[in-house]
Amino acid sequence: MSAFRKSGRGHGVGTKAVSFSFDGQSYQGVEGDTVASALLANGVHLMGRSFKYHRPRGVVGAGSEEPNALITVDCGTGRVTPNVRATTQEIYDGLTVRSQNSYPDLKFDLGAFNNVFSMFFPAGFYNKTFMWPKGFWDKVYEPFIRNLAGLGPAPEADDPDVYASSYGHCDILIVGAGPAGIAAALSAAKKGGRVILADENPDLGGSLLSTAGVEIEGQPAEKWLAKSLRALEKSDNVTLMPRMTAIGYFHDNFVALSERLTHHKKTQPGKAREELHRIRAGQVILAQGGIERPLVFNGNDKPGVMLASAAHTYLNRYGVAVGKEAVVFTSHDSAYHAAFDLADANIRIAAIVDARDAPNASVIAEANRRGIDVKTGAVISKTFGKLRVSAVEVYEPKLGAKTKVGCDAVLMSGGWTPSLHLWSHSKGGIKWSPALSAYVPDEANENAICVGACNGDFGIAEALSAGNKAGGGRKSFAVTEPEFGTGEVFNSLPNYITETKQKSFVDFQNDVTEKDIKLAVREGFKSIEHVKRYTTNGMATDQGKTSNLNALEIASKAVGKPIEKVGLTTFRPPYTPTTFGTFVGYRDGELFDPTRKTSIDPWADENGAVFEPVGIWRRAWYFPKAGEDMHAAVARECKATRDSLGIFDASTLGKIEVVGPDAAKFMNLMYTNPWSALPVGGCRYGLMCRDDGYIYDDGVVGRMAEDRFHVTTTTGGAPRVYRHMEDYLQTEFQHLDVWLTSTTEQWAVIAINGPNARKLIAPLVEGIDLSPEAFPHMTLREGMICGVPTRLFRVSFTGELGFEINVPSHYGRAVWEALIEAGQQYDICPYGTETMHVLRAEKGFIIVGQDTDGTVTAHDAGMSWAVSKKKKDFVGKRSLARPDLVADGRKQLVGLLTEDANVVLEEGAQIVDDPNQPIPMDMLGHVTSSYWSETLGRSIAMAVVRDGLSHMDSTLHVPIADTVHKVKVVKPVFYDPKGERLNAV
Amino acid sequence: MLEIHCPYCDEKRPELEFAYAGEAHILRPDAKEQAAMSDEDWAKYLFIRDNVRGEHAERWWHNAGCNMFFNAIRDTVSDKFVMTYKMGLPRRTPAQIEKARKAKS
Repeated sequence: MSAFRKSGRGHGVGTKAVSFSFDGQSYQGVEGDTVASALLANGVHLMGRSFKYHRPRGVVGAGSEEPNALITVDCGTGRVTPNVRATTQEIYDGLTVRSQNSYPDLKFDLGAFNNVFSMFFPAGFYNKTFMWPKGFWDKVYEPFIRNLAGLGPAPEADDPDVYASSYGHCDILIVGAGPAGIAAALSAAKKGGRVILADENPDLGGSLLSTAGVEIEGQPAEKWLAKSLRALEKSDNVTLMPRMTAIGYFHDNFVALSERLTHHKKTQPGKAREELHRIRAGQVILAQGGIERPLVFNGNDKPGVMLASAAHTYLNRYGVAVGKEAVVFTSHDSAYHAAFDLADANIRIAAIVDARDAPNASVIAEANRRGIDVKTGAVISKTFGKLRVSAVEVYEPKLGAKTKVGCDAVLMSGGWTPSLHLWSHSKGGIKWSPALSAYVPDEANENAICVGACNGDFGIAEALSAGNKAGGGRKSFAVTEPEFGTGEVFNSLPNYITETKQKSFVDFQNDVTEKDIKLAVREGFKSIEHVKRYTTNGMATDQGKTSNLNALEIASKAVGKPIEKVGLTTFRPPYTPTTFGTFVGYRDGELFDPTRKTSIDPWADENGAVFEPVGIWRRAWYFPKAGEDMHAAVARECKATRDSLGIFDASTLGKIEVVGPDAAKFMNLMYTNPWSALPVGGCRYGLMCRDDGYIYDDGVVGRMAEDRFHVTTTTGGAPRVYRHMEDYLQTEFQHLDVWLTSTTEQWAVIAINGPNARKLIAPLVEGIDLSPEAFPHMTLREGMICGVPTRLFRVSFTGELGFEINVPSHYGRAVWEALIEAGQQYDICPYGTETMHVLRAEKGFIIVGQDTDGTVTAHDAGMSWAVSKKKKDFVGKRSLARPDLVADGRKQLVGLLTEDANVVLEEGAQIVDDPNQPIPMDMLGHVTSSYWSETLGRSIAMAVVRDGLSHMDSTLHVPIADTVHKVKVVKPVFYDPKGERLNAV
Repeated sequence: MLEIHCPYCDEKRPELEFAYAGEAHILRPDAKEQAAMSDEDWAKYLFIRDNVRGEHAERWWHNAGCNMFFNAIRDTVSDKFVMTYKMGLPRRTPAQIEKARKAKS
């Protein structure tokens, strides 16, 4: 047995030996130990170096509130977790952990020179010092700071583990399985609702595991606990969830909990490591307990100085003595009971130093009975020892006396702070309790209640009855326990040493001292939120669980305002540090952001396509042949299509079926164009506006029947166009009898373009007369192609003779392959989105969202022809008469030809009239589309230019980097302006 | 994540099934009214919205559910839904809202 292991103590540990390694050295603990308890059992207190000053540090607490003892858990490549609290990491055989922030090793750390120069590192030091010279920040200062300050290094390899996530529902969710939570679960279980009892620790029981000699209902507390847990396990309606931290409390009783599934075991590849539970509860009972407050005194960060309650927990939960000889420094009665219990376990209490002048007589009497020296109205003025406390100096201001007392541990207690974290997440109100010198819950914002210590109900009897009542019971419990007692809070402890020479830590993890907080206030930071940010108090990974209230007391004194007027900083989720894996869950790798693929996508993949993302679609961008770059491939694809035949997967086009007796009336209202006269079998280019008059979307619409339209939208616009239509149909145009169905994924769409398009499909089509007379441009027919049903559109987005073959999606690839095979005689050329863009630009067809930007009207885009003048109403009509939309000076769509035909302008480049004008120049507009046109053997561009139509044929300038390009303004149709190729035979 | 009662499904469903759809009870003028409207009034209809501190009448869309648009009263301070009601019903009166508030608490 280790030197500091106490037999007869340790509710939470077994006897089986477990070995693990810390900083390369092997240690033994027992089953149930944490890294912290096992190291303490081996007499090791030094567990880390502090963030800023690299001061040696040991544990302060025994649970998730721990600010100091942060370690890196190394489970092999990709499984390295930094900044794990040694107090929560359970040990198992073979566990490997390391200390952090030390070089070359923990006992001799070079970075500790920061400590020697700490007078130069006050609050706001980084903001004040590293301001100049300017160029030094990223090259000198930042790397220097990053090397010295900091926590564990981030893992370098991808995490190979699986993280799970799930949703849960219950009537009552109880957070915290101490006496209050367990009592609540017991009484709630009887009511029959679904109850979940969650606790962050591996063992349920909370403070009951930390105490000794307590009796509940006439039996020892541990027996009552075991019996209660058995009863809860047996209840069908109760789920016990250990190792489960409630990390956030959101609207309508939606609580996020993070479960550590395998952290306490050897790595099990393939098994989920953590699980995020999202639980919606009818009612939430918060029984989070309270956290003891450290005392802020000179040298309070020396290893061996810890919370009295932590020492108590190490003794009773883990059977570990934190030392052989302890000094207790307190301003609250509760530390006396911890001291007495330690004394019962043969740990010598060298002295109790009480900052209060007149503590409770009963605890003094008990101390005297035990022969323990109590000094009242006294403080610890300094601590001795390098890597571990070896003695303290007790200072009694009234007597002026200083006494050195030898010890190897200091147990401190500044009273208790109810844990309000989750309550505050839920936007529950808080109020200041002068009796407790702490904030306690006030009015609830959700169906939630706080019970036990987190509500200020300290003591086991209080907690049990409050829990029982919250669960629906009316029981009171007979409990034998030491009286919780009272305490006093000091916003500053007396010391004879001048303040500048003291090191009294408030926030251990961020190395914030009492001086720093006073300095911040002196420098003008009066709001507690500003003090927090300037000093970084409470901003470390422990979120100030042990430091916030002390900082508040000090700031309130410095500001000269009562504490309740200073307010409390905001608690935000997560309650404890949570891994990214937990948040990500299953949404990793391919599932991170799903990719939409068409039914023809696998063919493109097999045939060497380069892809580009379009919204969440993946589309073939171009199909390079061996040795071709993008430019060469696109030039070849364009030429092949214009010369003979191109084939393009247009399946991503949005499609909406508009059906019903009033379908045409609805179309008349939603689009600027007129629809009533469109015959069945006819197609029309449709332009959609919002009511503000700007172009929203466009696409070809076919009339399948009197009461049925096949509407197409842009690829990216499909969801919003559908929503836009539904919105108007359900709200403004309720009188219309129309149904809308999104059919985007029902149809695979294959666009065939080029002079040989008709020849290609003629032998494959049945039931449709393809002759130009029977099937002219902008019409559609239904029939069969390659033996499957088709809606065949004769339309063109390239200016060539073109067809869009709609077939049910699952036939897409088969029809595509049949067309490719049949097209070999015409050198059929599959092309991608880039060629599609070039070919449409050569014809001046706009792409909504590229050539328009949400401030472009139909008139601006040169499409007044698409706007009905006869219709009394359509969405956007009234706005077209708005003064701003008819005023001069609007940007209008034009074509641009560069003087040097080889120059391809940058899309987005700005356009000016006189390039010699002073900067900032008057910018007339910008380039929206720009390409190399293989067909024309030169570059082409489209642009929006202020009063563009009046600049026709004039010369403007595009200044970029080192040069200015001359451009001529032209109509935005560069190829076949009369449209003769559409009817090529 | 909020729970929202869809008046068409008559069920409380999680927020991720819904999408916010702007302020409620802004009637689109018909063709005649539009023609008679001043530019200023039309601009008000298009762009000017209340920025209420407290009970806000707004529209929601149950897009991952029944696909229906409906009206809601939501308190913008507490971010709590006071009530929801079907599209086409008139604006709720303060008395109706108060009654709904009481029924909830």
